[in-house]
Amino acid sequence: MADRAAALAADLPLPSVRTPPTPAARWRRIAAKNPLGVLGTVLIALLVATAALAGLLAPFDPVAQIARRLTAPDGIYLLGTDEFGRDILSRIIFGTRISLYVGMVSVGIALGIGGTLGLIAGYFGGWIDNILMRLMDVMFSIPSLVLAIAITGILGPNLRNAMIAIGIVYTPTFARVARGPVLAVIQNEYIAAARTVGARDGRIIFRHVLPNVTAPIIVQTTLSLSTAILAEAVLSFLGLGTQPPEPSWGTMLGTGRKFMETAPWVAIFPGFAIMLAVLGFNLLGDGLRDALDPRLK
Amino acid sequence: MTRYLIGRLFWCIPVMLGASVLIFVLLRFLPGDVVDIIIGSEGSATPEVRATIRRLFGLDQPIYAQYLVWIGAVLRGDLGSSLRTSQPVGGLLLSRLPITIELAFLSVGISVLLAVPLGVLAAVKRGGPAELVSRLVGLVGLSLPNFWLATMLILIASLGFGWLPSLIYVSPLSNPIENLKQMLMPAVSLALALMAIVLRMTRSAMLEVLSQEYVKTARAKGLAERVVLMRHALKNAMIPVITVVGIQMGTLFGSTVVIEQIFGLPGMGWTFVNGIYQRDYPTVQGAVLMLALTFVFVNLLVDMAYAYLDPRIRYG
Repeated sequence: MADRAAALAADLPLPSVRTPPTPAARWRRIAAKNPLGVLGTVLIALLVATAALAGLLAPFDPVAQIARRLTAPDGIYLLGTDEFGRDILSRIIFGTRISLYVGMVSVGIALGIGGTLGLIAGYFGGWIDNILMRLMDVMFSIPSLVLAIAITGILGPNLRNAMIAIGIVYTPTFARVARGPVLAVIQNEYIAAARTVGARDGRIIFRHVLPNVTAPIIVQTTLSLSTAILAEAVLSFLGLGTQPPEPSWGTMLGTGRKFMETAPWVAIFPGFAIMLAVLGFNLLGDGLRDALDPRLK
Repeated sequence: MTRYLIGRLFWCIPVMLGASVLIFVLLRFLPGDVVDIIIGSEGSATPEVRATIRRLFGLDQPIYAQYLVWIGAVLRGDLGSSLRTSQPVGGLLLSRLPITIELAFLSVGISVLLAVPLGVLAAVKRGGPAELVSRLVGLVGLSLPNFWLATMLILIASLGFGWLPSLIYVSPLSNPIENLKQMLMPAVSLALALMAIVLRMTRSAMLEVLSQEYVKTARAKGLAERVVLMRHALKNAMIPVITVVGIQMGTLFGSTVVIEQIFGLPGMGWTFVNGIYQRDYPTVQGAVLMLALTFVFVNLLVDMAYAYLDPRIRYG
């Protein structure tokens, strides 16, 4: 009997063994399906490169003043000069550093506090979950930009306080984004197994829960970078964020507005810079959402 | 349904109380002594005068007692008086609220009226020009900073048409046409981002609904395509669209703050930012509280619209 089965099996054609695609091949496939995500990646790569190489790329010192104020764009000052005779292109290039810095620090604060709170709320459930999430509801009841303006206004208008304010107002978003998938993950048997062998809560949260909820958190982080950059621009535009002479895109736009009719370039170009940065992070975030969604693999 | 609404209403109370605690505590983080801010620029005061001010404003009480006094007054409609003008804050803010509400209404109206038809068209005629336009608007609208757009609109209007927005606010009651003219640019600047979001949501919700069995059934029983789209598909596709509009109201209220500042519209946001500039904290406190209250109320309205649109939602 067993011999016959073996003989039959030998006659059957071997199932073609499909080797799993290499990670590079998988990313190529995802990239081919998602050209906008690729565009976002390129934009962000350019942004990071600009920030890193600002000293080499900028034709002038971003705070040096020349005699010619409010010069229209020409062969030397490609995007013109502002009301103090500073080169706008150089200021935009150096402004990339501030925008990225603010984005990373403030989203870092929101991710650190909010993400942790969300993990704890989702994992422990019960009254801990209830208290934490109701607290987040309260924070959500104040429009985030209003809260951010109030916090910077109260703490004092400067870059550091703007970052703290933006970080605080995006905390509840991360708490919600982190909590949701935790609720699903803790139903899994491997969590029960970990508990059975006596793993402590901290270990279960960081070793077993966290790695399985990272996808939505990564997507939210990318998308939040765009809103954080926008928020910094608004705060600086209102004079509550980065203080002069530091070259922040929002500050440039805010002060340039006063000279708009005689020198529109002062306000036009920083706006383009903000737009490209925000667009880049939005596209990247959308692309990552598609790439990390297991249903689309 | 009634029970759900009552429950929902009651839920607003702890949220608003929580928000009031948050706002109150926030103002306690003021660097320096509050007494200095109250005295203002009138120079230094003797320790006796400072002690008197402290007692007068109840600053010698423990913080929870100060909160209880403050919230008690707020509940009676007394939001304190401005440190700059000594006017009662409550009355001032109430007179400013309609401007912000009008602005918010107009921008929601503009974005929904443009975005929903375009989104439906993009979903029905896939690969057509409508889809291309909607993708473009969806991308650009989300990335264009509204305060930049506002600045550009003013620039274009003044350079191209020699027209400047009036710097003095015209009430819609005294001159509705002049008022609309004045509100148009700020409303459009605010509407673009919301339009992008509504457009994306309408398109994806329509695509999802159109693939449902009941749409096939409706088509199979010979209903006109228009009826299928409007009665069966669109009504159901509107549920996520309304949700997203509700969620975006917070962002919209936040953005009115900047836009009112740019166009010199004396609404809530304008009052709020000027309160910050002038370190007039009772005004700031009152404005944040009122903006939060408006936002919570709008969310309540959204939930009610939800229950109306989707009979499957059985609350209770």
